[in-house]
Amino acid sequence: MGSTSSTLLKIPNVEVLMQETGFSPAHIIRLHDRFKALDKKGRGHLCPQDFGAIKELAMNPIGDRIIGAFFSPGKETVDFHTFVKILAHFRPVDKNRPKEPNSPEPINSRSNKLRFAFQLYDQDKDGKISRDELLKVLRAMLGMQVTEEQLESIADRTIQEADLDRDDAISFEEFRKVSPEILHSRCFIKAPVIMLMERDC
Amino acid sequence: MRGLSLLLFITVASDATTDLYVTGASLPPELEVSAAPAVTSPVASRYIPEEYGHPGIALARSAEEPAAPSTEDGESSSHHHHGGGGYKIVQWEWSYVQTPYIIASWLLVASVAKILFHFSQRFTTAVPESCMLILLGLVLGAVVLIASKKQPYQLDPGLFFLFLLPTIVGDAGYFMPARLFFDNLGAILMYAVVGTLWNAFCTGFCLYGVKMAGAIDEKVNAGLMDFLLFGALISAVDPVAVLAVFEEVHVNETLFIIVFGESLLNDAVTVVLYEVYISFVEVGPGNVYTADYFKGIASFLIVSIGGTLVGLIFAVILAFVTRFTKKVRIIEPLFVFLLVYLAYLTAELFSLSAILSMTFCGIGCNKYVEANISQKSRTTVKYTMKTLASIAETIIFIFLGISAVDKSKWAWDTGLVVSTLIFILVFRAVGVAGQTWFLNWFRLVPLEKIDQVMMSYGGLRGAVAFALVVLLDKEQVKAKDYFVATTIVVVFFTVMFQGLTIKPLVKWLKVPRSTNRKPTINEEIHEHAFDHILTAVEDIAGLNGYHHWRDKWEQFDKNYLSKLLLRKSVYHKSELWEAYQKINIRDAISVIDQGGNVLTSARLSLPSMASRTSFPEVTNVTNYLRENGSGVCLDLQVIDTVPGAKIEEELETHHVLAGNLYKPRRRYQSHYSRHFMTVGEKERQDREVFQRNMHNRLESFKSTRYKRHKKDRSQKKRKGSDAKEQDTSDKPRRNVSWQDKDPVVVPMAPEEDKHDPSEPDKYDDVGITFVARKAPETPKERPKSVSAALDVCQSPVAAPPSPTCGEKNLPWKSGMGSLPPCVSVEATKIIPIDLQQAWNQSISSLESLASPPAPPEPQHPRVSTLSRLGGPVRTPTKGKSGGGVCAASGSDTGSGQFRFPTGKEEEEEGTLSQQPQEMQPLMSSLRPPPPPATQSARKRRNPCVYLRSLVTVPPSGGGDPQSRRPTQL
Repeated sequence: MGSTSSTLLKIPNVEVLMQETGFSPAHIIRLHDRFKALDKKGRGHLCPQDFGAIKELAMNPIGDRIIGAFFSPGKETVDFHTFVKILAHFRPVDKNRPKEPNSPEPINSRSNKLRFAFQLYDQDKDGKISRDELLKVLRAMLGMQVTEEQLESIADRTIQEADLDRDDAISFEEFRKVSPEILHSRCFIKAPVIMLMERDC
Repeated sequence: MRGLSLLLFITVASDATTDLYVTGASLPPELEVSAAPAVTSPVASRYIPEEYGHPGIALARSAEEPAAPSTEDGESSSHHHHGGGGYKIVQWEWSYVQTPYIIASWLLVASVAKILFHFSQRFTTAVPESCMLILLGLVLGAVVLIASKKQPYQLDPGLFFLFLLPTIVGDAGYFMPARLFFDNLGAILMYAVVGTLWNAFCTGFCLYGVKMAGAIDEKVNAGLMDFLLFGALISAVDPVAVLAVFEEVHVNETLFIIVFGESLLNDAVTVVLYEVYISFVEVGPGNVYTADYFKGIASFLIVSIGGTLVGLIFAVILAFVTRFTKKVRIIEPLFVFLLVYLAYLTAELFSLSAILSMTFCGIGCNKYVEANISQKSRTTVKYTMKTLASIAETIIFIFLGISAVDKSKWAWDTGLVVSTLIFILVFRAVGVAGQTWFLNWFRLVPLEKIDQVMMSYGGLRGAVAFALVVLLDKEQVKAKDYFVATTIVVVFFTVMFQGLTIKPLVKWLKVPRSTNRKPTINEEIHEHAFDHILTAVEDIAGLNGYHHWRDKWEQFDKNYLSKLLLRKSVYHKSELWEAYQKINIRDAISVIDQGGNVLTSARLSLPSMASRTSFPEVTNVTNYLRENGSGVCLDLQVIDTVPGAKIEEELETHHVLAGNLYKPRRRYQSHYSRHFMTVGEKERQDREVFQRNMHNRLESFKSTRYKRHKKDRSQKKRKGSDAKEQDTSDKPRRNVSWQDKDPVVVPMAPEEDKHDPSEPDKYDDVGITFVARKAPETPKERPKSVSAALDVCQSPVAAPPSPTCGEKNLPWKSGMGSLPPCVSVEATKIIPIDLQQAWNQSISSLESLASPPAPPEPQHPRVSTLSRLGGPVRTPTKGKSGGGVCAASGSDTGSGQFRFPTGKEEEEEGTLSQQPQEMQPLMSSLRPPPPPATQSARKRRNPCVYLRSLVTVPPSGGGDPQSRRPTQL
């Protein structure tokens, strides 16, 4: 840990980054190491192939969507800054942090977490999960286990359940409503993702 | 012995009666009367002859029961019996049946006690059942003691550990919510191991300190080791007590699983500590070497890990065995019970932790077994386990009470009792606070202060501690009697005082309660998605976190375990799909459930549709089940969900129905056809042909119909029930306008509905009501708004006495066009008998609103109100006598009483043969005895589901008889 400060210095804009994401220096360093490990060619940025090299991710049914979430439209690469910011979505909501009244909503707020998940569904970025988009996700997750018809009935049902304005699609508001506390607690809170990171450091 | 048992029984009887007087103030008198004989008669009549030792007492006791007429019978018969003289016509074989008889009687006593407690709703909500049972035990014990000066009944540790405890643990393990358990495993293990050790040592040492300080009487002859031993057995939170109390409190799941999981998993610690100290006490403290402590630790590891392994091995065996039981479904439940129990016994055999073994066996096998065995077996397993666990729990508490009365077994020392009570409370609180503080560093959902209070307060001690203390050897543990007394006090204090106060405390602290909500399909899907996302994020961030390992496990499970342990037919099912089906079935059930509500509330809501309606938290049926599900229900969901691997088609139909209810009508058609895809091409062709035929027949039949109908009617009239005729004739009147529009009325005479009872149909015991309507002449009329249709339902006539009729009126389908909704009476099956009464009441209240009688229309007496959709809808009810369905608003029948259309009526059967052949197709779809064509169609569609309940709308126009098939799921 003696090299903490020196490593930090190598990262540009580290202060801003920590401010935005709420990561501690230890987190940043840890993530930076990981970033460098992924960036095999040392270019200072990651491209989709770098993510694809992660073996476990290849087995993840919606892995490529998640990879896609790291790349803003039109860009082929992701730099460390963006990388950290996206991972910051998964930080637990910290209650103890003093709230600065006029500070923007933290990246890891519940709403932003849900929005991250939402955009994994909403691939065409029109702000709605259409039936087709839902079907694609379901197909990815369910794989070969069910027939196309079963998939469709699940999708129909899902949309009907969530669809408040009867436009046959799920908007973010609707998505947020049908992802109640259970999701919140079970998936975001109980996932000790970043927490473990802290222990590791 | 005999005298004792007799006495005991009589006491129970009288006790029960008094109990009734106490608790049953609100009860109708007949309940008391009926309950009392049930208890008394076997006792009095059987035992009084034997009772010669204490006849006075027995008679005196029975005389105390003024409300029990059977008592006199018993006495007189017994006297008579004895007057027989030398030759005994009836042999008295008490010794032959003694053991099983006593056991059975105890079970009876326990069960009746439970019934009695639940007579008063207000009372049971305030006082936990466990408290009542202990009190009852105390009373019984006192009576026995007074009568016999000694206490023959004790909570025997052997009985407890070999039979009573396993039933409870088995149930708990098998129905343990696995994911919740493993999500919180860290915390559970922490509390179970560290917490229990902390409690044990602190209590032991502090008691020793108090003893040194002189606060405990000199007579308590115990050294450090004895106190440590006592601390070990008194410190473990007891699963039985926790279950009994927490089950009634409904705290949130996390809190419950942590406390309950702790109570299960601390068994290993307790067992090891207990054994270690016993051996230390045996050899004497002076001879304990350092190595022995390490042996103790090694022993702990072996006992806990070994127990877990044994459990898991049996889980694998069990899952594997059930893979091959397809041909012998009937013994599937037996395998489950046997192997789970064997897991327990095997662990005991090697003196490993039996509770751990059984718990993990249950958790491990549940997923695979549930998928492998048939639906019926699942239900059997569930109810049998719940029944056994419930009765075991009851017996444990009663015996705890009885055992406490036996003064010869214990000796009182105030210092010891008070200090023990204080210590276990204080150390529990301190321990929980400390561990939680530590755990909260790691937990992302920190355990709040309120949770900690509840966890401390929920640390109930129970029968395990008592059984362990009774097991102590008095030769070695000199202070055993004091320990027994203290244990009893501690157990009573925690179960009774804390059990009584925990509910108010929960309310006062506003502890988050468990919501009885079930996840929606959205939640299921998103949850899966989030799991994937988090796993991916962990991978990207290069962490091997919880999700990483969880994912690894699931891969392993999918690739190897499931392949090995699941049937091929089940293996390919997706988890999400299963969840989806479950949700659909749940909806379907709740819709049935609300079929009754529709009559009054005109409101349809699906519980899983979060966004549409405020969650009806639990629907009536589920509520009912939940309330009555006794003490040991970990997962009540199983009751009302019918997961289906094997009944896919049925499920799909359910989906059709459920989906239909809130879908725009357009959808229906596509769904309908989609879900019947499985029927197969050929079948569909058959059906098509059949339908066309039927259509033609119907058309031709139309012309003759009126005549025929009249004839039938008149025949029927001659037979009797004129009054009913009148009633039914009223109905058309309300629908006059409709009828005008639809000149063609197809009256389905009730007789036509009847099916031949001899026809082999599994379902025929349940009446199926359907509404058959002839091709609607006025199509424009059809698109009735839902609300309009609902209004209909609310009118008394439209609200027929049986739920079936109510469902008929369900307007969901009305939009679909002229399709007559087919409703099955099956729905009533789901409604418990108790509810039926309420149902009838609500119906009769509706009836009072009935509109004035209409001029009779003899020709179509049975034209139903339902015909509002423009088509004259016939309510072929099950027959007048059957459902009394059409008897609503009967002017002269006085048929205010609606009966559930359950039985088959003679009348119906009689007339069955007279059914015109033409009519058969219509009914056949509903009724079991279909004409050959239908029948074959039906057969193919089997297995039919039994949950049929919903309203189906036939896909195409009214002329299509096939489409009128009742919902078969």
